[in-house]
Amino acid sequence: MWDNRKYIIQGSFILIGLVFLIKLFAIQVLDKDYRTKAERNIIQPIVQYPFRGLIYDRNKELIVYNEPVYDLMVVPKDVSIGDTTEFCELLGIEKEVFLENMKTARSYSRVKPSVFLKKISHEEYGRIQDLLYNFSGFFVNPRTVRGYASPILANELGYTGEISRRQLDRDTTGYYRSGDNIGITGLEEQYERLLSGKRGVSYKQVNVRGIEKGSFKDGALDTVSVPGTNLITTFDLELQTYAERLLAGKTGSIVAIDPSTGEILVMATAPTYEPKMLSGREFGKNFSQIALDSSKLLFNRAHMATYPAGSVFKTVQALIALDEGVIKADEQIFVNLNGIGDHAPAGYYDVARGIEKSSNNYFLEVMRRVVNQKKDPSIFTDSRIGLAIWAEAVKKFGFGAPLGIDIPGEASGLVPDVAYYDKIYKNKDWAYSTIQSLSIGQGEILVTPLQVANLAAIIANRGHYIQPHLVKGFEKEGVVTLKQFEKNFTGKGTDYYPAIIDGMKRSAQGTPRAPIRGITIASKTGTAENGAKDETLDHSVFMAFAPVENPKIAIAVYIENAGWGGRAAATTASLIMEMYLKGYIEKDYRNREEYVLKGDFLDEEQKREIERKKLEKARKNALLQN
Amino acid sequence: MRRRDSILKNLDWPIVFLYIILVVMGWFNIFASVYDPETAFNIFDISLSSGRQLLFIGGSVILIVVILLLDFRIYESFAPYLYILFMLLLMAVLVFGAKINGARAWFDLGIFRLQPSEFTKLATALLLASYVSNNNVKLTEFKHQLIALFIIFLPVGFIMLQPDLGSSLIFFAFVLPLFREGLPAIYLIVAGAFAIVGVLTLLLSLKIIIIIALIVGIIWVVVTSRSVSNIVITSLLILMSVGFSYGFGYAFENLVPKYQKDRILVIFDSNSVDPLGAGYNLNQSKIAIGSGGFSGKGFLEGTQTKYGYVPEQSTDFIFSTLAEEHGWLGSFVVIALFVVLMIRITAIAERQKFKFARFYGYAVASIIFFHFTINIAMTIGLFPVVGIPLPFFSYGGSSLWSFTIMLFVLLKMDMHRTQVLSR
Repeated sequence: MWDNRKYIIQGSFILIGLVFLIKLFAIQVLDKDYRTKAERNIIQPIVQYPFRGLIYDRNKELIVYNEPVYDLMVVPKDVSIGDTTEFCELLGIEKEVFLENMKTARSYSRVKPSVFLKKISHEEYGRIQDLLYNFSGFFVNPRTVRGYASPILANELGYTGEISRRQLDRDTTGYYRSGDNIGITGLEEQYERLLSGKRGVSYKQVNVRGIEKGSFKDGALDTVSVPGTNLITTFDLELQTYAERLLAGKTGSIVAIDPSTGEILVMATAPTYEPKMLSGREFGKNFSQIALDSSKLLFNRAHMATYPAGSVFKTVQALIALDEGVIKADEQIFVNLNGIGDHAPAGYYDVARGIEKSSNNYFLEVMRRVVNQKKDPSIFTDSRIGLAIWAEAVKKFGFGAPLGIDIPGEASGLVPDVAYYDKIYKNKDWAYSTIQSLSIGQGEILVTPLQVANLAAIIANRGHYIQPHLVKGFEKEGVVTLKQFEKNFTGKGTDYYPAIIDGMKRSAQGTPRAPIRGITIASKTGTAENGAKDETLDHSVFMAFAPVENPKIAIAVYIENAGWGGRAAATTASLIMEMYLKGYIEKDYRNREEYVLKGDFLDEEQKREIERKKLEKARKNALLQN
Repeated sequence: MRRRDSILKNLDWPIVFLYIILVVMGWFNIFASVYDPETAFNIFDISLSSGRQLLFIGGSVILIVVILLLDFRIYESFAPYLYILFMLLLMAVLVFGAKINGARAWFDLGIFRLQPSEFTKLATALLLASYVSNNNVKLTEFKHQLIALFIIFLPVGFIMLQPDLGSSLIFFAFVLPLFREGLPAIYLIVAGAFAIVGVLTLLLSLKIIIIIALIVGIIWVVVTSRSVSNIVITSLLILMSVGFSYGFGYAFENLVPKYQKDRILVIFDSNSVDPLGAGYNLNQSKIAIGSGGFSGKGFLEGTQTKYGYVPEQSTDFIFSTLAEEHGWLGSFVVIALFVVLMIRITAIAERQKFKFARFYGYAVASIIFFHFTINIAMTIGLFPVVGIPLPFFSYGGSSLWSFTIMLFVLLKMDMHRTQVLSR
């Protein structure tokens, strides 16, 4: 009886055994996931952050270095804090922050360390170091943040910060991890790959209580961190400091170039911020303050801002006309004042006098000869042919496209060409008379201060330029590699440069506070029309190079809303050139320094004008409200 | 001397051999689970579980000798007294027992702790065997089924009061020997059906269960017979299963404590439960087992084991140590040994001339079977985590001794199987 039931029972033993073996086969042999999970359990990667590359100036003076900071780490399991309030006060944090951070750490792991508070500065750490021993479960992990030798060059150097989710997603190298630092603007962004170096990781085994149990696979997977490459920049730290001092409190920018090499000696913009504000623990707080500031503190006017070219552009007009052969350098052209408004008197002008006096009507004629070369009987067609020649020539001077400076964000500016005007005038019924304000650098043409400084360098070089750049070489393990550059020629000939330079020399002599004793400078003032039709004045523009015989510095200065270029911009440029060439400012030029530092460039009449415009605006607003 | 020879000759050596292998393997695995490369205590060190387990193994040898020397007939005659003794002990442990891990299941005797529920299985098996072997008892009769059920459920009631869910579950093992001795199969079928509906309730929504029940019912009617009575009965069954599913779902949702609910839910969906909370044991156990691969990481090389990631590793989760360090091959060997052992025990039971010994043999096999099934199933996520040991393997004196006694009492009976006829 019931004997066959033994097979059912024995069969169920075998069945369960088989079920187990199949399930075990699935999780042990087929599923590789558990192996990774097991490794994740026991492996604790300890990251060695690489030493970020240093940044030097042209004289090997240190500009950017690495400063030690400390990440406060926590192992939730070991935490024992007697008095939470005391602990929070010590670290200078709110109690909510404490609770929030503890929660985050606990949810990561109770036994593995996680970051509790980031980037505690060296000084702060010194203060809390001894007291920290009263609170178990916490320890510090040293890292570095950027330190700065002087409070300058904020926008040119850029800043570093924690990599964002978006950047991580876009990263194709697979190098970056969440929490890594990355260069965000300026040189830090441009040279990120070189500066960052390579992080090292050592893998430690830990037990369930987080206690270290030796290295994983005897350290076979460990890597050593590789320090980043150092940058040797073209900045002259002293001159840069001086330039930023002069620019402080104003709105504008300065670019100074060594014409023979294209090396940028000075690149300054104002208003700006202190670089150390975007380094260290206060980053978040400071960043929102800086980014939200209405005066656009992160906007580097030197290469991002575009202005109407203004009178400095007259030099380009003359060079193109000479190159085209439509005028001769010594050709006397009679100019009346019927064309456009002019400060210069009527009379005979050659190229030098045209530049010296900045005669609007002379250059109206000069550009007319380029645009209307009588190659076609139709005035419209002839203007189209001429403008095409002109635009092509202007672009060769580095206008209308980025020059390729080695920091991000460079603006192109604008060189209006045939297509551009065809878009505006749908019937293509435009001729020279329509576009003639280009002749004096007004109208549609837009340039950056960097492009104007480059123009000064072109004239100083008598017809060529070298791509302006901020980094001239790299240093790795003590070996310096220099970047190589080629000359860019701007026209067919160079014979007529003396005439231009002669005009600029005479222009400099006629500009108050511009000439420097013992040094001949060549310069051109300008006024960039302020697009905003409000109570503010036009922008003051000045470009120059010196010494004329053997140019060492070419410079462009833009000061916004400061009126005529001969005043604010010229004085600033002169001081910088003097400082660079002589190393000091002559005693009797100290008043120039005071004048610029004071920043009060307007005369009585201009001030009255501004007041009048303000009143008018207020009255209009009042009327509108009624 | 001659008599002694004949005794050992009648001993079932294959079982003894399997027993020794399992105990020794268990002992090595206990060492592996508490091994710390830095302190490097050896396997005999008394401060480690492995050292203490060796003492328990020594105790087992003494127990075996005693059992082999005692008269085989005492078990049947003393079964009721033994049973009553253990019922008293189960009551006593509720009052005097030490509370460990939330259950009052242990007597703390200073040098070691004793778990009476482990030995109650033996007492229950003996009494049940004694009752069933009575010639007047027919397991097809409801009254006798009820008495058998009472013998089983009295200790279950006490153990649930501790509370120790895992140990209580083991008593369901007695269904198998009862089935072997004639308990109608319908009980098993119904129990199985309820189990299936219960599992489905946790997996699926009530709507889908109703649909499945209807489809199964229709197929059943079509395949068997389309008579009115069959249709009525089938409809009633459908209604009952849906009702049970609803009731079970409701009870599960509202009456089961959260931590136990989580232990069950984590089996179906490991993401539904906090892997650092209720899902921790199973998650870590699966990581340890899964990372073992085909041939394992090697003896004392299991990182999850060595560094303490799996809780309760030398006791309830001993299997994860084995599976991590010896991989699928090691698991295969152990599972095969258990299956062979259990089949061998049933074979021994079958060769008994007397019902008492046969029933007892099946009871031993079934208790080992339930322990084996539930223990391994919980370590690989096929059953909720309930704390019961793996026979012969897990660390612990009570467990090892109770299984040793159970097994060798059977072997002792088996040695005298020819003598039983004379009674």
